[in-house]
Amino acid sequence: MTAPDAVPATPRDVHAESGGVGEPLLRVRDLAVSFPGRSGVPMRAVDGVSFDLHEGEALGLVGESGCGKSLTALSIVRLVDEPPGATAPGSSVRYRGAELVGAPASRLREVRGAEIGFVFQEPMTSLNPVHRVGRQVAETLIAHEGLSRGAARARTRELLARVELPDPDRAARAYPHELSGGMRQRALIAMAIACNPSILIADEPTTALDVTVQAQILELLARLRRETGMALLLISHDLAVVGNVTDRVAVMYAGQIVERGPAADLFRAPAHPYTEGLLRAVPSIERRDRRLAVIPGRVPAPGSWPSACRFHPRCPYAWERCASEAPPELPLRGAGDAAEPAVSRAEAPDASAPPGDRARLSRCWLVDEPGRRTGRGYAEVTA
Amino acid sequence: MGRLLDLVLPGARDLRKRPVRAAAALAAWAALWVLVVVRWDRIVATPGGGAVDAWIALVSLLAALAAVWRLGGRRPEPDVSVEMRSQWGLVSDAFRRHRLAMAGLALVATLAFLALLTPYLAPHDPAAQGADIVATRFQPPSWEHPMGTDRFGRDVLSRVLYGGRVSLMVGTLAIIIAMTLGSLVGAVAGYARGWIDAVSMRTVDLLLSLPRLVLLITIIAFVDPSTTLIIVVLGLTGWMGTSRLVRGEVLSLREREFVQAARVLGFGTPRILFKHVLPNVATPIIVAATLGIGNTILVEASLSFLGFGVPPPTPSWGDMVLRGVRDMHDAPWLVLFPGIAIVVTVMSFNLVGDGLRDALDPRAGGGGHS
Repeated sequence: MTAPDAVPATPRDVHAESGGVGEPLLRVRDLAVSFPGRSGVPMRAVDGVSFDLHEGEALGLVGESGCGKSLTALSIVRLVDEPPGATAPGSSVRYRGAELVGAPASRLREVRGAEIGFVFQEPMTSLNPVHRVGRQVAETLIAHEGLSRGAARARTRELLARVELPDPDRAARAYPHELSGGMRQRALIAMAIACNPSILIADEPTTALDVTVQAQILELLARLRRETGMALLLISHDLAVVGNVTDRVAVMYAGQIVERGPAADLFRAPAHPYTEGLLRAVPSIERRDRRLAVIPGRVPAPGSWPSACRFHPRCPYAWERCASEAPPELPLRGAGDAAEPAVSRAEAPDASAPPGDRARLSRCWLVDEPGRRTGRGYAEVTA
Repeated sequence: MGRLLDLVLPGARDLRKRPVRAAAALAAWAALWVLVVVRWDRIVATPGGGAVDAWIALVSLLAALAAVWRLGGRRPEPDVSVEMRSQWGLVSDAFRRHRLAMAGLALVATLAFLALLTPYLAPHDPAAQGADIVATRFQPPSWEHPMGTDRFGRDVLSRVLYGGRVSLMVGTLAIIIAMTLGSLVGAVAGYARGWIDAVSMRTVDLLLSLPRLVLLITIIAFVDPSTTLIIVVLGLTGWMGTSRLVRGEVLSLREREFVQAARVLGFGTPRILFKHVLPNVATPIIVAATLGIGNTILVEASLSFLGFGVPPPTPSWGDMVLRGVRDMHDAPWLVLFPGIAIVVTVMSFNLVGDGLRDALDPRAGGGGHS
């Protein structure tokens, strides 16, 4: 793996929102995080991720385990331990225009919790077992907003009621082990939104919960977003979860975003073979007769990303170009979007407007040569 | 009627339903009142005399009376529900089912009260020699001297009691120093990792490789011995095991999601370390401390036996054994009673420590052996 093919050398900022909206709430550019590998060669677990998150927007980040989505999230709030981790030079995370990469620890502590809330995957272990739930929520308020104990307690009760915990007073007095998984996740959401953050990052918030509770938690997240107008970055391996809650979706594979676009569009017509494979691997109640597809192989480990297109060893459509040349994120043409842009003059001389984050981009040569999408595609599960 | 009985004889009502508990409460209640009656003159003298020891004893006596009255008269709480049990609540349930540990706890409590009440309990002045040394020395146990007298005609029982105060105080204070230091070093090393961890843990390895008794004797040989010195030195040489223990726990705790969650909430490192991580290590620290007190008492006794412990005339069990050994053939009680005191004390602390460890160990199924 070499650095040059990691970041497409594009003269313009392909990810910037067009239309002069100004600086987005969160602007991530060329974020790359590496860890020392076995032989001392750094492995880039996140490799050149860029996206914008606007006020009140919901963005989904999808991918298999190990593709770097959680690391991306942690990296936004600068919580990757360095060392051993290292953020590549040129990485940029800007919150309301202020750079967070390299910001002093005190500034980061202000942002964390107060400006950017975070909900983790494991509600079972994300609460401190030795403190009562109410105290943990109140501590956030005391630390960030300087509330008195009494005021914090009152706010805690409000918050716990707001996340629909059935008996907020009892929940506040309970120890974490006395609450069910769903209740704990609600308590954690209460902690995350305690200081009215403008962004809530939810990293697999429903993975550890059973399906009915999942739906409730997602409903709760959607409602809180409507009420508070906060932006949501929802990370999940579950396409259904992301599709229901978010406006836009970015699909990650092997440390990179391989496809992005408005959720409905992306799910209706996936452009990248990986997205197509993911979608075809999900059982559908409407199409029971359809057989499920299998993506052969498994996600390569960080540090052993295949060269050129990282998906080509598993791709049913791959041809020579895929193994020799790394594709940049290419805008889809003729997808029905008026502002549909192109990447570079050479390839798309007809477009002049810079592609926005609303655009459909796919990191695949099929965009250039759609005729190659032929043959049998993915193998299907045989019963 | 029942209520009146509770007021006068706490626990009497339960004699049929919970005989062991009721009998224990009644026995403690009776013993305390016997003490009050027998030592009435000393108790009355306390407000006038004003010695700190006597005041401590007076307060302890009142506290003991209140505690026995309260515990003996308490009705069993109806089992409302299992909710709202803190980790401590669950642990204490498990501990209570552990009979040996409860016996140890009762012994420790008794020893603590004996130590606190010593000025009222001791029949004689521990330093007072008989008027006629030749006549009063080496007396075998009798009503006048239940544990006999030593070669200076001093009352052994009084000396064992006063020695117990010293032993328990030295053990407890030294362990407090050791646990504080050990927890701090271990927590910082485990949380910071990197070179801080490497330096402090290699220091611990180095200190652990020195034989403790030799180290202690060397330090004490250079400084004027005093009780304070013994406490400090025992504390400063006893923290390494704890720091390793705490470091290990913190190393694993720092990777737990709730620590990550605390960082994501924007809490600073000291807050995370002391308010979120360390409380989770409290239980192993408490187990280590309980076992450590017994061990420290033993080390202090060994030091005294070697002549490097708490300096005379302050009575200490190790010193009494040392001085009794010479006359062991003529007066075996000189070695026997302080020896028994050491064994019982160390054993009861170890029982409590073991019981706590079992109660805290989830693999023991919460019950421990009973």
